[in-house]
Amino acid sequence: MAERERRSTPPFGGVFVARTQVLDADDVRRAIWRMAHEIIEHNQGLDEVVLVGLQTGGVTFATALAEALAKIDGLSPPQGVLDVAFHRDDIGLRPVLPSAVTHIPVDLTGRVVVLVDDVLFTGRTIRAALDAVHTYGRPRAVQLAVMVDRGHRELPIRPDYVGKNLPTRRDEVVSATLDGVALGEVHKESHR
Amino acid sequence: MSDHRHLLSIRDLSGGDIERLLTLTDSFVEVSRRRMPKVPALQGRTVTWLFYEDSTRTRLSFEQAAKRLSADTLSFSVSTSSVNKGESVRDTVETIEAMGVDAIVVRHRSSGVPHQIAQWVSGSVINAGDGWHEHPTQALLDCYTIREHLGGLDGRHIALVGDVNHSRVARSDVWAFTKLGATVTLVAPPTLLPPSTDGWPVRVSHDLDAVLPDVDAVYLLRMQRERMDEALLPSLREYTNRFGLTRRRVELMDDKAIVMHPGPMNRGVEIAADVADLPRSVVVDQVRNGVAVRMAVLFDLLGSGRDLDTEGTR
Repeated sequence: MAERERRSTPPFGGVFVARTQVLDADDVRRAIWRMAHEIIEHNQGLDEVVLVGLQTGGVTFATALAEALAKIDGLSPPQGVLDVAFHRDDIGLRPVLPSAVTHIPVDLTGRVVVLVDDVLFTGRTIRAALDAVHTYGRPRAVQLAVMVDRGHRELPIRPDYVGKNLPTRRDEVVSATLDGVALGEVHKESHR
Repeated sequence: MSDHRHLLSIRDLSGGDIERLLTLTDSFVEVSRRRMPKVPALQGRTVTWLFYEDSTRTRLSFEQAAKRLSADTLSFSVSTSSVNKGESVRDTVETIEAMGVDAIVVRHRSSGVPHQIAQWVSGSVINAGDGWHEHPTQALLDCYTIREHLGGLDGRHIALVGDVNHSRVARSDVWAFTKLGATVTLVAPPTLLPPSTDGWPVRVSHDLDAVLPDVDAVYLLRMQRERMDEALLPSLREYTNRFGLTRRRVELMDDKAIVMHPGPMNRGVEIAADVADLPRSVVVDQVRNGVAVRMAVLFDLLGSGRDLDTEGTR
């Protein structure tokens, strides 16, 4: 989700230029491994856990987490993808189009839903995701795993599992993929 | 189509516009399957219906679509309104607009009325059928249904059978199907074809039996009984004999070819009663997809952020 917003939202529309490499691919892999352990420990197993990756940035991390969980526990939890476009509070302020079809493979009632996203920023995507999750049933609990928590929350939302706490300026941009995490700026194409 | 404010005709759209709406429809099909099939995307928006002509499915379908998007709906029944006191369309529309609506869904017996209304209002206008002109959301749901069953329209061959001349569905479908790369053959007696099909990207045939083996979909148009009075056909039975989709004719079709109908069906006239219930008949899918397609249209016109100048922070 976050990637798409950065691309389409002023003042971010433009080209991402990395200034500081914060984590490399190995660091990211270790962070995912640690988060996987925390998820198992916190939930005393994976029996009720469903991983839900947020489109688009969270999906690859959800898959990576599912693979790590399968290696540790021998059991891979059900995995869904969620596009929160229709649940956002800023529809009408900017282009909102779903980038992919949502797919939730199981009824979420009574399950522990772990939402997975790349970067946690204002918290508005997560608020929308909480709304969306409830249209698929009533989970026993919803938890949040993010690769990067960059601060600047606008809503009372906090993550349960964090790959990296990264203090940022509001106008900076964070790029988080399996290849690494970088901090940088977006250069508007018109200024180049 | 994001740069269009209205949906007035398929002919206005490009193949790309149609494809984009069909892709957006995928997302709303998913929403419709949820335990709670409702999203807050159009909260605070108001949609109203202005139906100067009878309709069951189109109206209900639009209403369901608007409600699943959390839009407020204002119902308006022409038969119990001031229209009966002689109010003009323009006055009615201006009254409705003054109450603050974001979209007006219009059906009218005269072609071009939605276009006219679009020039009077600041909101969006959606054509839900105007005279013999167009019925764009029907064509979109037809395309979606064909895509669902046949994988796509490109390279497909579709026969439109029956009263093409009086059919707004046919006019929208011809454009939609061909813009997506399908070949269309019109099959009808000469009296039920338009006086001229010059400029239409279609083939014409008067022999259904000859066309059937070659089609991927056969689309039956409703045979309007009123036409009998106009002496366009000797009798309904004669029509059924030559152009009705009977069990025998279904045997001529490819195993995978589908049967479509915009409804309401006249069983025993354009379609035999048992043919309508065959697995290859996708009429129910058409109706079901209609809701998701109309959600996509409403969301596209009202929800996907036209006011880009507004502050765009996340």
